[in-house]
Amino acid sequence: MSSFVGTLKVEAKGDREIVMTREFNAGKDLVFECFTKPELIKRWLYGPDGWSLDVCTVDLKVGGKYRYVWKYLKDGSIMGAGGSYKEISGPDKLVQTESFDEAWYPGEALLTTTFVEKSGTTFVTINILYETKEGRDTVVKSPMEGGASQSYNRLETLLNTLTQNS
Amino acid sequence: MNHALSQSARLDVTFAALSDPTRRAILARLANGEVSVMDLAKPFSMSQPAISKHLKVLEKAGLISGIKDAQKRLRKLEAKPLEEATEWLENYRKFWEGRFNRLDSLIEELKLSKRPSPKHKNKKGE
Repeated sequence: MSSFVGTLKVEAKGDREIVMTREFNAGKDLVFECFTKPELIKRWLYGPDGWSLDVCTVDLKVGGKYRYVWKYLKDGSIMGAGGSYKEISGPDKLVQTESFDEAWYPGEALLTTTFVEKSGTTFVTINILYETKEGRDTVVKSPMEGGASQSYNRLETLLNTLTQNS
Repeated sequence: MNHALSQSARLDVTFAALSDPTRRAILARLANGEVSVMDLAKPFSMSQPAISKHLKVLEKAGLISGIKDAQKRLRKLEAKPLEEATEWLENYRKFWEGRFNRLDSLIEELKLSKRPSPKHKNKKGE
C-alpha cells in the first residue's frame, strides 16, 4: 500500500495572517468530512506526540459551536479551544472563529478553510487571520513542539554546523 | 542594526519589514546580487524618496545593508534575519505536518473501507 504524503506550505502573509496549503489524496467530500465530523477529527487533529484530542463536539451550522479539548497524557493537563461557524458551504468552504480557553495569543482568530478538488486530489488552504499582529506573531514564535523536539532541532542544527565545518 | 534586541523583538522587526509587498519585491530583486538604489527604483512606479523610505525600513531590520560606494549607493541582501523568520515558520509547519500526515493515513483508511458517505446537501442557492 502506497502511503501518500502531501506537501505542507506555511507562509506569513501581511501583518496578521498565516496561510497553510496542503494537498490530500482524496475527493473533497471525504476531506471535508475529516475536518467536520468529530469521530474523524479526533483521529488526526492532535499532537505533538503525547497529546490526544479527548473531547470534540461540532454543531455544524452557521452560528453553531465547536469545541476541542486536548489532553497531555504525561501529566493529565488539558487545553481547550473552540469557536463558532460563520459560514458553511460544504464541501468547499468553512469559516470559523477560534479562541483558546487559556488565551495564549491575544484576541480570537478567524479560520477560513477552502477545499478545491482537481482530478481526485483535494487542495486545502487554511487562512488564519488574527485580530492583532501580536496575536499572529505569538503563534508563529511559540515553541509548539515542546521542549524535547526543540532540543532535537537544536541538536540537529548543531550537528549540521559541525559536519559542515569538518 | 538590531543585534541588541531580543530574538523575539528582532522577529517583530523582520516580520514588519516583510509585511509590505514593495519591500518583498526589493528583497527578491536583491536576491540576485547587489543593486544600486537607482536601479532598484526603476521597476517600481515610485519616486526615489519613496523607495529610499522602504530601504530604510529594510536596513533597520538588518535585511539589507549598504555598501560603502558613495557613487553607486549599492544595496545588498542580508540573509540572517530572513533565516530566523523562516525558522519560526518552519517550527509551526512541523507542528501541523504531524497532524496532516495522520490525516493522510486516515483518508487512505476511509477510502479502503469504502463506506458510502452520507451526502450532506447544503444547497444554498447555487
